Amino acid sequence: MRRRLRAGAVIAAAAAATALAGCGGDGASAGDGAVRVSAAASLRTAFTELGAALARDGGAAPAFSFAGSDVLAAQIRQGARPDVYAAADEALPSDLHRRGLLDPPRVFATNELVAAVPAERRDLRSLADLGRAGVTIAVGAPAVPVGAYTHTVLAHLPAAERSALQRNVRSTEPDVGGIVGKLTEGAVDAGFVYRSDVRASAGTLRAIPLPRAARPVIRYAAGVVRGAPRRAAAQRFLDALTGPAGRRALRAAGFGVPAR
Amino acid sequence: MRSGRAFRAALALALALALGFLLLPVVAIFVDTDPGTLLSALDDPSARDALRLSLECTLAALAIVVVVGTPAAYLLATRRFRGRATIATLLELPLVLPPAVAGIALLAALGPEGLLGGAVAGAGLRLVLSTAGVIVALTFVSAPFYLRQAQAAFAAVDPRWLDASRTLGAGELRTWLRVAVPAARPGLVTGLALAWGRAVGEFGATLMFAGSFRGVTQTVPLAIYERFSTDFTGALALSAVLVVVSAAVLLTAKLLAGPEPAAASRAAA
Repeated sequence: MRRRLRAGAVIAAAAAATALAGCGGDGASAGDGAVRVSAAASLRTAFTELGAALARDGGAAPAFSFAGSDVLAAQIRQGARPDVYAAADEALPSDLHRRGLLDPPRVFATNELVAAVPAERRDLRSLADLGRAGVTIAVGAPAVPVGAYTHTVLAHLPAAERSALQRNVRSTEPDVGGIVGKLTEGAVDAGFVYRSDVRASAGTLRAIPLPRAARPVIRYAAGVVRGAPRRAAAQRFLDALTGPAGRRALRAAGFGVPAR
Repeated sequence: MRSGRAFRAALALALALALGFLLLPVVAIFVDTDPGTLLSALDDPSARDALRLSLECTLAALAIVVVVGTPAAYLLATRRFRGRATIATLLELPLVLPPAVAGIALLAALGPEGLLGGAVAGAGLRLVLSTAGVIVALTFVSAPFYLRQAQAAFAAVDPRWLDASRTLGAGELRTWLRVAVPAARPGLVTGLALAWGRAVGEFGATLMFAGSFRGVTQTVPLAIYERFSTDFTGALALSAVLVVVSAAVLLTAKLLAGPEPAAASRAAA
């Protein structure tokens, strides 16, 4: 009997911890009225800040679901209906638009791909350093935008440099959050991420810029999902995103914003 | 009389609901796409890499679990000592840990910056982003399933058989191997099947601790997730393989465990 009571206590504690962890996840605790936004993992800092700003101004805080843009698009193709879809590229929203699943998408931010290393790794200063034997690298999976951009960058590099880097790849992560996590845990020495991720790391990571000629153009686009349950609220969120509040949050998080 | 019939109808309805709800998604995997397409989707080198890796890693993890877990469970089941119940409970903790927590915990313990990270590196081992790391993650999440069942199975073995064996001159080791383990076999096999099922489905801890790299750390669940966005048919095909193999293991375990698999768990409760 005593044994069973103790087991119960441990399980209760674990369950409570799980519940707390679950709540902590995506920040906003959404009521039914809150606009639901499926957003690229790299937008977490900027959107969380924008959501807080909207809530401060008396609006309802949006509910966010952050994941790889490709996974979120696949969910919409499989019938999921968030109100807004915000991707780390233009191709995925355009594809959804062609399929009649998304209103015409709008570009709302720009970003830059960089190679990131832990700030204290003074020995890693260039792409050539990352190609040295024994250096480990994490990249995005081919289908997620950050992985596709990385592929473009590598394709623009001289063949020797490209294969040296490819040899060192140890993990293809489903979204940019996985790459940043592997970097900050010291599991890899370097990763191809966005400049905004380095900014969000608050000094833990350092960016190694890529050769200008190899840099892909990175534009984030968003749109209202067709059949969205909260259309008006979705439109208001997009207006805020492309308006002063959104531009401020995006800039603060290290994104570029398109000229008005 | 009438209320008895209504009660029985309610019970039958509950069972039908449970069966429908639990089986529908599994059936959908096979109905969504025709078998030919599913089979041809498996004719992909990266899918085969994932299947091979899953098989190797789950078998390696199970081997570790059996070799260490069987004697440990025997000790817990047959000896009385201070703190025994606490230890048994602590061993079950990973059962209720979310996979993401397991991944973070393994990184914090064995990762390069973790508690024992220096010792792991000093021993010349590389766990993070390596196949060995996958095996560590699978062992961590699946071991409690086996430990729990094995403990119950050993506890249900009649102590008089063990006494008889000793009286007849068999040593402790011989008694354990020739009497206790065979008598506990049904429970051990069930535990093994449960542990394998948990290991083969492991996703979160593997991704966080070992990463995802084709042929090295990308097990079938990780390959399914990678296909989800671009190749839904391929994801379905790999899922179908897991369903078939898991069903086969469950069935084999039920057959091997003999006609009365419930006895051991009843004794434990």
